[in-house]
Amino acid sequence: MYAQLVETGAKRVKSLEEMSPEEREFQLKIDAETKIEAKNWMPEGYRKTLIRQISQHAHSEVVGMLPEGNWVTRAPTLKRKLQLMAKIQDEAGHGLYLYSAMETLGADRDEEIDKLHEGKVKYSSIFNYPTLNWADMGTVGWLVDGAAIVNQVVLQRTSYGPYSRAMIRICKEESFHQRQGYQILLDLMREGTEEQKQMVQDSINRFWWPSLMMFGPSDDQSPNSQQSMAWKIKRKSNDELRQMFIDQTVPQLEFLGCTAPDPDLKWNEERGHYDFGEIDWQEFYDVLKGNGPCNKERIETRKNAIDGGAWVREAARAYAEKQQQKQQNAA
Amino acid sequence: MADWPLYEVFVRSKHGLNHKHVGSVHAADAEMAMENARDLYTRRSEGVSIWVVPSSAITASSPDEKEILFDPSDDKVYRHASFYKLPDEVGHM
Repeated sequence: MYAQLVETGAKRVKSLEEMSPEEREFQLKIDAETKIEAKNWMPEGYRKTLIRQISQHAHSEVVGMLPEGNWVTRAPTLKRKLQLMAKIQDEAGHGLYLYSAMETLGADRDEEIDKLHEGKVKYSSIFNYPTLNWADMGTVGWLVDGAAIVNQVVLQRTSYGPYSRAMIRICKEESFHQRQGYQILLDLMREGTEEQKQMVQDSINRFWWPSLMMFGPSDDQSPNSQQSMAWKIKRKSNDELRQMFIDQTVPQLEFLGCTAPDPDLKWNEERGHYDFGEIDWQEFYDVLKGNGPCNKERIETRKNAIDGGAWVREAARAYAEKQQQKQQNAA
Repeated sequence: MADWPLYEVFVRSKHGLNHKHVGSVHAADAEMAMENARDLYTRRSEGVSIWVVPSSAITASSPDEKEILFDPSDDKVYRHASFYKLPDEVGHM
């Protein structure tokens, strides 16, 4: 998931009887699957939770460009380079769709970006891992975008209209990302040298567990989920989504001829799902707290991009003002 | 970004269809809004024409007025063709 550990501010979910008339009307609308729109009345908690979740999601898209940007100049062919740039441009676009959706809730984009730079808000833990070899571009597309798709497909039905519509648009574009990633790996495994095949396995070994962590803490450690589910901001629990992702990914992994770094990963006939080993939650919380391999570098890069672009934004505004003045004088 | 005004973006997806709201962009002026909208909303031939409109220029109906505005038409079934039952012999009309 691109949004992990989103605080709702609610200790427990209120029953319909405990709600104020406005809250009750709102909850009944949600229960009836009526989308909430920007101008509709909504509980403050709902608004704040959405702002947190959408901004975290938007920041993830934007920071998510950085691990891939690392390989644009080093892509092995012109074709791969063009594909990678198209994918990165999509991610910038996804960030912008989401910031727009967030602004409909009255949040300020600059303020939310400042909070990111001050370390007050999070983005997905996955982007704090380095991309060390070319196969990582394949693995990121296949596993990271794959995990994001599992989450985002469900979010198309989220209760807030502008968020839902942004997700629909994003999902249309994401499947290209996953396919191009898988194809990179497939080509390396089918036509590559022994060293290239080892590079693929090494890449999967490093990204397997962090990809599973993308879905956030397990359900019993996820105190905010219940409220988010009641508001239908979230539609499926972290563990459900994680299981869905694993079930669909393992056959693809086997088709590649690779393995996962998890000795406990095996098909469970009785459950009809794959069993898998325990995630290293200490690592998850460490990375989320800012102590991952690349946290500092990522934020530093984002800050530099904003600061370095300040003169461009100023110049554009000055130009626009000048043009407007000219038009007024002519009229 | 906040000091750049917000523009709403409408895209005509193909000839013969109407423009449809797709989202918004921030831009210093209308020209830049057009360029940003093109990059953001039509990367995969989603459109043949774009409108950008300053968000501040839009007057929207308020959700509170929903009943006043839209309920009166709920009880005017005679405005629909399906209200008028014709004998089968008349055929398609």
